Amino acid sequence: MISFPMASTREAYGKELLDIGRSNPDVVVLGGDLNKSTFTHLFAQEFPDRFFDFGPAEQNIMSVAAGLAASGKIPFVSTFAVFGMCRPFDQIRLNIAQPRLNVKIVCTHAGIITGEDGMSAHSIEDISLACSLPGFNVIAPSDSIETIQAVRAASEMDGPFYIRLYRTAIPVVHDNDYVFSFGKGDLIRNGTKVTVFATGSMVGSSLVAAHELATEGIDCRVINMHTLSPLDEEIITISAKETGAVVTVEEHYAHGGLGSLVAQTVGKYCPVPLEMVALKGYTESGKPDELIEKYELGIKDIKFAIRNAYARRS
Amino acid sequence: MGSDSDPSTKKNVSRTESPGASTRISYPPRIDELKVIAKELRRKVLRMIFVAGSGHQGGSLSEIEILASLYFGVMRIDPQNPDWVARDRFILSKSHACPGLYAVLAQRGFFPEDELDTFRKINSRLQGHAHIKTPGVEMSGGSLGQGLSFGLGCALSARIDSDSYHTYVLLGDGECDEGQIWEAAMAAAHYGLDNLTVIVDRNRIQNDRFTDEVMKLEPFADKWKAFGWNVLKIDGHDFASLIDAFASARKHSSQPTVIIADTVKGKGISFMENNPAFHASPPTEEDYNKAMLELE
Repeated sequence: MISFPMASTREAYGKELLDIGRSNPDVVVLGGDLNKSTFTHLFAQEFPDRFFDFGPAEQNIMSVAAGLAASGKIPFVSTFAVFGMCRPFDQIRLNIAQPRLNVKIVCTHAGIITGEDGMSAHSIEDISLACSLPGFNVIAPSDSIETIQAVRAASEMDGPFYIRLYRTAIPVVHDNDYVFSFGKGDLIRNGTKVTVFATGSMVGSSLVAAHELATEGIDCRVINMHTLSPLDEEIITISAKETGAVVTVEEHYAHGGLGSLVAQTVGKYCPVPLEMVALKGYTESGKPDELIEKYELGIKDIKFAIRNAYARRS
Repeated sequence: MGSDSDPSTKKNVSRTESPGASTRISYPPRIDELKVIAKELRRKVLRMIFVAGSGHQGGSLSEIEILASLYFGVMRIDPQNPDWVARDRFILSKSHACPGLYAVLAQRGFFPEDELDTFRKINSRLQGHAHIKTPGVEMSGGSLGQGLSFGLGCALSARIDSDSYHTYVLLGDGECDEGQIWEAAMAAAHYGLDNLTVIVDRNRIQNDRFTDEVMKLEPFADKWKAFGWNVLKIDGHDFASLIDAFASARKHSSQPTVIIADTVKGKGISFMENNPAFHASPPTEEDYNKAMLELE
């Protein structure tokens, strides 16, 4: 049994954003009355003149961010994923995506491990929404170490970004010497029989599942798909070809997430059996662990999908 | 543009003498000069929509004096350098009324006047709703209610950098049904953005019907006052009132200003005035010719 230390992605974000703000005076931060939760209060405390709270008025926040970006600022907008992607989608589409403005939307409390707040607070459509916007860069970091580097990269690149973080701590799957490469899938474990493409919070469980299945003779490759748009089609195609079967794992609705993106790619370039571990619908209140188990996103569910993919492999 | 490829020739568009971008006017222009410009802008708007076969004329005609005052009398801009960092910003939130904006931008020399005939056509820089690829257009719009927030972002940026530019946002009155307008109104007052001025083109007609029938806005001025704004109410077709109001807004401190400009939808064309039928339907050839005669 392998295990990983746990760490908060949102806390890592808040600290890194403060550090970025210290060296880049163009960075401004916008929030919607959830700034302690998103850890942007750290930035607000040190740079009150570059921090703006608008209350829970997310439509306004997104268009204001667009105006700031058009005036040369680098706005970071942070709130919960359901409020930052679902609620102001029209403003993001028209004011940010279509003119390709330099706005960074970094949302916390994505997926279902937000827990007890329930269905309304579980962001299971945000990857689909963000990836549906042409030219939008979308990252779901797999741990706190990757979060820091992804946020830094977004601050240095021109163009709109969506970065997806969590309420609860998630496994730290990388070492401190890890180097994040935007747009390139991250091969974490090599293997020959099945490729597991995992994203965000599910990379840790996918690695555990792969480790456990090795004893059954199913040697899995695990690739961390941190960047969902633009998609690294090359690593997907090569791995599908080399291993002959693929599994996708994500804390997101099955429609329009990583599973759909990988299916689209293997369907185009290298059709192979594909199994998806993803949410099948809306959820409910509960503890994160209970939700992961009930809604079939656990290690046993990943192993089940891998065994199925392996059995279908020709 | 060669006559073979000129779409306007197929529709018998009358080619009247145009003062054009090279018109010699004094700066700031006298009121009589602004009136000449306004008439020319209305001709451009009608021609653009007639040639395109679609477009929103009613709200483009009601905003003409507001645009002419800003672009010819009030704003600090450089048509040769549309991205000049110190420029005053103008945000057309009611983005469907872009024919009015395109007309004034062309008249002011941001792009060649010939280009107006490409409005709404394939490969044109003049999109059906304003987009930032057009020189002089600050915001991509097309969904109502977003421009005030965008302008608020421009005004905040100016404050952070101690820049002296002023941001102007033109709203439609029907557009004020959008909740985001009031989110932004609250925020602009909260941050005391006195470098931000809103003009509401209060023409009292929206897409389907009169604004009072669709959604009552009155007491409209009181709403803005209650949200913490400096409120001015003027005749939106009267140049002297407009220029005074803009000067007073620029001087006002610690609060944003809203200028509620009473206007007439379809202004300048007798049969279009105050007629909801002319919000978005293009003129027939007969209407077009009649309208152009009225604008001579």
